[in-house]
Amino acid sequence: MTEPVDVADHRPAGPGPADRGWSFSQWFRADASEPVRRNLGLVIVLIVLYAIGAWSRPDIFLHADRLWSNELTVLTLASSIGVVAIGMTFVIISGGIDLSVGALLALASVWSTTVATQSYGAATMVLAALLVGTIAGVVNGTLIAYGRMAPFIATLAMMVAARGLAQKISGKTTQVVSVHAITDIAQRKVLGLPLLVVIFGVVAVLAWVLLNRTTFGRRSAAIGGNGEAARLAGINVRRTQVLIYALSGLCCGIAAIMVTAQANSGSSDHGNLYELQAIAAVIIGGTALAGGRGTIVGSVLGVLVFTQITNLFIVNNLAIEYQLIAQGVIIVAAVLVQQFRVSSLRRGPA
Amino acid sequence: MSTSETMSEAPILSLTGIVKTFPGVRALDGVELEVLAGEVHCLLGQNGAGKSTLIKVLAGVHRPDAGSMVWRGEEVSFNSPLAATKAGISTIYQELDLVDELTVAENIFLGHEQAAGGFIRRGQMRAGAKAVLDRLGHGDIPATRKVGKLPAAAKQIVSMGRALSHDAQLLVMDEPSAVLAHDEVANLFRVIRDLTSRGIAVIYITHRLEEIREIGDRVTVLKDGRTSAVNLPARSTGTDQLVSRMTGRTIEYIFPARTERAEAPAGPPLLEVVDLSRAGEFVDVSLTVRAGEIVGIAGLVGSGRSELLETIYGARPAQSGEVRLDGRRLPPGRVPAAVRSGLGLAPEERKSQALILEDPIYRNITLATFAHHARGGITRASLEQTVAAEIADDLALQPRGVRRPVKTLSGGNQQKVVLGRWLLDPAVEPGSGAARRRASRGTRLLLLDEPTRGVDVGARADLYRVIRRLADEGMGVLMVSSEVPEVLGLADRVLVMREGRVLREAPAAELDEETVLDLVMAGSLLEVDSP
Repeated sequence: MTEPVDVADHRPAGPGPADRGWSFSQWFRADASEPVRRNLGLVIVLIVLYAIGAWSRPDIFLHADRLWSNELTVLTLASSIGVVAIGMTFVIISGGIDLSVGALLALASVWSTTVATQSYGAATMVLAALLVGTIAGVVNGTLIAYGRMAPFIATLAMMVAARGLAQKISGKTTQVVSVHAITDIAQRKVLGLPLLVVIFGVVAVLAWVLLNRTTFGRRSAAIGGNGEAARLAGINVRRTQVLIYALSGLCCGIAAIMVTAQANSGSSDHGNLYELQAIAAVIIGGTALAGGRGTIVGSVLGVLVFTQITNLFIVNNLAIEYQLIAQGVIIVAAVLVQQFRVSSLRRGPA
Repeated sequence: MSTSETMSEAPILSLTGIVKTFPGVRALDGVELEVLAGEVHCLLGQNGAGKSTLIKVLAGVHRPDAGSMVWRGEEVSFNSPLAATKAGISTIYQELDLVDELTVAENIFLGHEQAAGGFIRRGQMRAGAKAVLDRLGHGDIPATRKVGKLPAAAKQIVSMGRALSHDAQLLVMDEPSAVLAHDEVANLFRVIRDLTSRGIAVIYITHRLEEIREIGDRVTVLKDGRTSAVNLPARSTGTDQLVSRMTGRTIEYIFPARTERAEAPAGPPLLEVVDLSRAGEFVDVSLTVRAGEIVGIAGLVGSGRSELLETIYGARPAQSGEVRLDGRRLPPGRVPAAVRSGLGLAPEERKSQALILEDPIYRNITLATFAHHARGGITRASLEQTVAAEIADDLALQPRGVRRPVKTLSGGNQQKVVLGRWLLDPAVEPGSGAARRRASRGTRLLLLDEPTRGVDVGARADLYRVIRRLADEGMGVLMVSSEVPEVLGLADRVLVMREGRVLREAPAAELDEETVLDLVMAGSLLEVDSP
């Protein structure tokens, strides 16, 4: 409940700072099991989803090898939206919101796949996507931090403008990728795992370290926890805000490459509604919309829950509209479970 | 009102054996309270004694685990704040729950708007608000003014107006005088007397004993979740007796002795403020603070004192004039630069300006220095905990343990956390056992804005000692307080501010309370009227 980011350090009980002894069981109780406990609601939802899978399609869910390949499909499907949701986690923990992520993804995808950019090769394409996303994020952050605009407004404007710019650049046509190194990204496997999934995993681990172990992560959480206190403690709030939105934009650039590789093309339609999916995943992952506390693990689980639902509908040949209804129900259910846990813990002395 | 002989004798409210536990804490452990119609019943107790919890039980926020509550002859149990309000118990919290963007009338009728068919009847609400304000003797507050534009004292009246509009028979007021200046308190008391003369009962909570003498009829004292005394006569019970019921201590304020020192050393003073101005806040303020010196600023709320501190700190850009630390000019409006140079601020509003309440104690202590403790951008939680624990021990933070959320601490201990933030040596190395700053680095000048607001009597003396000790170690301290005895008792030198100007500067020993109050309060009537 009260734990913001570095959850392990926030438990009122437990060994004091003077207690330097380290034991595995203590560490496991205090640190390692924390993500599971914090995100109990989501873990339960995932288990229920697997149970439904086992019941509706025992031929897939009760065969180890078929289940494995199905889950790799799920993870691949989750990877690009997952990367976007991880960037979004920082934004929301800092008390902001980024509505422009889907549009930035489209813009980065289009920019990196123009005939001109493709002519310079794969490295330039990747660099272009990352730069476009990051620069647009810096613009978002600058408007919010130095222009004192509400994050909702600034990123809403960016969402509309970036999508428009993407349409202008591409002429609303699909830009087929002819550079094989890019399309390879979606095909290649590393240690038996699809490269896209590996990228997702690496981004998640780096983000976890960034949030829980670096001064940048600490500043982000402090700004969301109490912006005025952070400012009066001498934290450079504005610069940190610019960096946070730049990070979100960078994640959009990474995701743009992943989507482009999967679709084999750049398009101004890529990333449609990603902002809503990413925000939903972060929120059901237990990050407070008001800022101050949240976890990367929660956001990753949130994305996995959504993707697993999609997968269940696909393997059972059900229409997409039911899937949307189910996702809406899941958002409500997961948040209710989280709130129930929080309020049952929060009834402490005033 | 039916006032038969027996009715007026019977208490309007009586609580017996109220128990309320939270996980790990027994906040109320058998509380007794008896309130008569038309009396001002004072509730006294240290922070953490259970006053807040008791108020929330009365207000229907918390439901007691055990005990009985008899309200106007009937056993009641409020399951919501609305139920308590409907029954006639209105609570005015310390942080007034007014909506700044709404008008006075809209605030008074918030939640029970006068409406016909879903349409607000503005004229009727304005008239109703006017009537209520007239009843409070404040027909001068315009019903159509936005509450955000009113001074603190007027907001308090609006809150009381809301309670009256609910036809309250019992008004619970949690430290209403904390944000009020001297003459505003006098006015508040006049309003309270007027209410009680009409049979309305008031439960009045305060940390200021002299107020109890002036307004109170009877006193109930809470200590550690129990009633340690009930229905003491407010005027005739001795101060030492009240204080000892709360604490076991017998002296109200203990100020540490001033340190005698040789004449000021040569060279520039630690802090030099020259002709600092901000339009509408303060004009041409000049002052100096030497290392090891406590300089106090006395002044009412609205005299520009908090704004001055924040401007020195860089949280507000100065419009003219300059701030020099050790002779070097600080860039205006840049907090990080001020902090790097060695300034630290303990702001006026602890909860909203200083603390991340959900965060653990140690992270609040290291909020200004965690980047220094980090290595290559990687924070070191265990080092932070170690150095924060050293600071906590040094300041005798209670309870021990720096991993619990800071919001679980009492006001005095929260203030110690804020002070402790500026005592860390930013360059400390792990295991050196020297978390405390050295004179040569870290914070060298502390700006304290109302350092003891909402802090109980016992913890105050503790804070005073800490502040004096820091000065003795070479820290310069510039403090602001609306309590004149505090400024006179703690500071070496005193500046008196009124309407954004420094009127008088003198060693504290040469001033007395009456002189300062005279300077501070003359012309304060004008201040109340200006927006």
